[in-house]
Amino acid sequence: MSTADDKAQEAAQEAAEASLPEPGKQGEGGGPAGPVILSFIVGLVASLIVGWVLFPKALYSQKEQPINFNHKLHTEEVEDGCVSCHYFREDGSFSGIPKLESCMECHEEALGESEDEAVFIEQYVDKGREVPWLVYSKQPACVFFSHAAHVEAGGMDCVTCHGHIGESETSRVYEENRITGYSRDIWGKSIAGFASDPWDRMKMDDCAKCHAEKGVGVLRDDVKNPVQSYFLETVGMIWPTTTTPTKGTSVQTEKDGCLVCHK
Amino acid sequence: MEINRRNFLSFIIGGAAGTTLSPLPWKLTDDSSIWSQNWPWTPVPARGEVTYTASTCTLCPAGCGMSVRKVENRVVKIEGLKGHPINDGGLCILGLAGTQLLYGPSRTQTPLKRVGKRGDGKWEKISWDQAITEVAAKLEEMRSKHQSHELACIAGAGRGTVPQLLKRFASAYGSPNFIQPSTVRDSYELLFSQLAGSAGPVGFDIEQTDFLLSFGAGILEGWDSPVRQFRANSDRKEGSGTFVQVEPRLSNSAAKADQWIAINPGTEAILAMGLAAILVEESVYDKRFVSSHTEGFEQFKTRLASEFTLDGVSEKTGIDKTTIITLARDLARARTPLAVCGRGQGQTPQGLGEVAAIQALNAILGRINKAGGVWSVPEPDYIAWGDAVMDQTASRGMENTPIDGAGTQTFPHTRHLLNRLAGQINSGKTHPVQALLVAGANPCYTLTGSQAVKTAFGKIPLVVTFSPFMDETAQMADYILPDHTNLERYEDIPAPAGYPKPFIGLSKPVVEPQFNTRHAGDTIIELARALGGTVAESFPWDSYDACIEETLGERWDALIETGWWADTEATAVAGSKFKFPGSGFPVGPVEIEGDEGSFPLVLIPYDSMRLANAFVGNTPFLTKTIPDTVVKGKDGFVEVNPSTAATLGLSEGRKARLETPKGSAHVRVHLTEGIAPKLVALPRGLGHTAYDRFLSGKGVNYNDLVGPVEDPASGLDAGWGIRAKLTKA
Repeated sequence: MSTADDKAQEAAQEAAEASLPEPGKQGEGGGPAGPVILSFIVGLVASLIVGWVLFPKALYSQKEQPINFNHKLHTEEVEDGCVSCHYFREDGSFSGIPKLESCMECHEEALGESEDEAVFIEQYVDKGREVPWLVYSKQPACVFFSHAAHVEAGGMDCVTCHGHIGESETSRVYEENRITGYSRDIWGKSIAGFASDPWDRMKMDDCAKCHAEKGVGVLRDDVKNPVQSYFLETVGMIWPTTTTPTKGTSVQTEKDGCLVCHK
Repeated sequence: MEINRRNFLSFIIGGAAGTTLSPLPWKLTDDSSIWSQNWPWTPVPARGEVTYTASTCTLCPAGCGMSVRKVENRVVKIEGLKGHPINDGGLCILGLAGTQLLYGPSRTQTPLKRVGKRGDGKWEKISWDQAITEVAAKLEEMRSKHQSHELACIAGAGRGTVPQLLKRFASAYGSPNFIQPSTVRDSYELLFSQLAGSAGPVGFDIEQTDFLLSFGAGILEGWDSPVRQFRANSDRKEGSGTFVQVEPRLSNSAAKADQWIAINPGTEAILAMGLAAILVEESVYDKRFVSSHTEGFEQFKTRLASEFTLDGVSEKTGIDKTTIITLARDLARARTPLAVCGRGQGQTPQGLGEVAAIQALNAILGRINKAGGVWSVPEPDYIAWGDAVMDQTASRGMENTPIDGAGTQTFPHTRHLLNRLAGQINSGKTHPVQALLVAGANPCYTLTGSQAVKTAFGKIPLVVTFSPFMDETAQMADYILPDHTNLERYEDIPAPAGYPKPFIGLSKPVVEPQFNTRHAGDTIIELARALGGTVAESFPWDSYDACIEETLGERWDALIETGWWADTEATAVAGSKFKFPGSGFPVGPVEIEGDEGSFPLVLIPYDSMRLANAFVGNTPFLTKTIPDTVVKGKDGFVEVNPSTAATLGLSEGRKARLETPKGSAHVRVHLTEGIAPKLVALPRGLGHTAYDRFLSGKGVNYNDLVGPVEDPASGLDAGWGIRAKLTKA
């Protein structure tokens, strides 16, 4: 009994002390809650600065392409646009970045007198070395991705995913993620993950979003019709027996099995 | 502002809230997951253009077609070639694992010269020019002293241009000692030459056989042409075919057969004669075939009746009489039965009398040169180079007796007796061997009595191997002039094992040579050129590629395109008459080494698809597939019947010492009812001392524990086992 009484007494005392201004600190302004709130705000602001400003700067290293490439110049010269160089092979696979051999079909000798052309001929063509291009769109080989299925069967334009890179006159800086080794383009320029155009980001959710919109292979009701989906989910949570869960285990596709898309 | 506990905690809480509201934790989580899923050491298939090259596998004598998948310039997968007459899209486990031979750690990457003592593994890297010059200088010196016959050349088994170039080199140089390893196919051929009039490769029309009777042939262990055999076996199972396996051990073939007849080891041929005796006695043999296509049936009939009575056969083979009679009647009822032999994978020869007995059974059944039967295929004839140019030294050298005794009075019909080479060198009875060239063979591992082979090689002042791998023979060499592997070079594969029609497969370079290696054919041509004179004149080609293209002539284009050429219409067969074997063909069992008193058990070998036991050793992937009851860690297992183990006081997994008159080894015991009491079995293909860390030192080499047992009729190694003793260790 006595223990409980003691504790109650102590608590009351503490409460009284807390509500009273401390004699010594009076006059320093801000009241007793001031430093505490200030500390909180300092911590909050500092971490926000770290998270939003310093972290993205530290995360990515800036790299220059080995050759400053002018896409615009090349697309003007070729007849078939992007596929002139980024073509589909006979077996339907996508060739990606051209090999030196393809470049040399035109550039066996220097064309024009630009500095980049000289570097290209001297460093790569003459030595027979492949150009170590830094590929903005390179992703880990985690999914069964087919360019042919999107471009040839789906009739999509290169621009839809890759943006207007074909109109660029210079190679922009390649920002390499120090942890993953992949380009910043995959997560997107915006560290918050906002994207206004489809080529701004290329994460798994972006694949799922587009697939859901087009109704190709992905159910994902909450992407197609978020309001209805939210309503049904809420109803399902309150009265679990009233709705039938249709979702599979995959969050992205609502299908059972990740291996539909993932290797 | 004072930094006290309260303010500090507040600061931390503020920081935590801010961090949560920043992208940092979410981005870091995402990045670390990508990072952890893409460790730099995780193998990821290369990206690039995918191409397929049709070629022929040369890792065993089957000559399967393969389709090699490449991404850019990297071989990523070997698959069976669809539509290929031999394997039609299938491929065996060794063929599939072949990429590891190309990129694996056991390859010799540049010419090497021995600097330490033999077998110390100390090498100096030398240039090709130096290698050719130094070897040629030593050969030239021997030749100038009229010792050309003291050169011996060992090639791999096969009839293609590479062994033929080495043979030509030996002839032009002046040495009769060109020797190839022998297999059961050589036993068959030798039999054809003696009992059918002319020699030719043996073929089995297995696809059309409705009753396959295997006398120890490991039909599903890699015998003959593994993929063809597997496919034919599946077809038999789906159809109404029957497969009877006669073997002392419960092998995969025995387990999957319709009937397994456990037989006393070495007595398979006696059973064949016993079956023939019943068929003749019951008068259910193919009389038309016997009367029109055979000779000496009456004497043979008498021999059967007197020597192979049912009681006698039953007693010697350990098979009860009813089983024998039932089997004989089943055979007689079958439409297209076929009897085959060649123990295990058939990579070792068999006694001539034994093969004669099995072939006599086929003759009684009328199964020679018939659909679903055994064929003698016409000899490939496209290598028509004419004789080597011989100077006086060469002619004089060629007059000497071959050191292995093949083709001499003792063994007039046998072409090669590699099994006798070590014995001849070690006994010192004939002329010495001063120099040895080895191409496409690893005799220090594959020959029985491998210790004696090593001793013999140790006595040869100059040993040169062309092996692309650091194998046991390479370890004993003075110079290693590494060949390309089969994915880097051209090679013709005529007469693939057991194929019943004339056939040539072409192995093509799929990738550029990965290292500073050179085609063995080119090395031979260059050695000849360095020797000059008539030796050089015998090799008019600029390179091996020029040689093979010219040799294959009009078939070249077709071979380049499809990878194979076959004469499917061919009906011509070498030899149309079969002479029934007389008493000059002992039916066995061939006497094995050791006395029963000191060695109460009998050790026999067994083969497995998962163990490469010929020139090529296991790749790491292949070794991964070996069960723990065969090899565990470094320990090899010997198969023992539980009752035998009980009398020896051994239990499963116990360490034991296995001793034979030829040697001893530490093993572990695997108890199985699949082997008869008093018998123990070891797998072939383990116990390597060379190659890489994935293979070296694992298990026991059966060949270390046995010696060659000469077949009196042919001189070939007809051993099927050795007496042994097993004691607790």
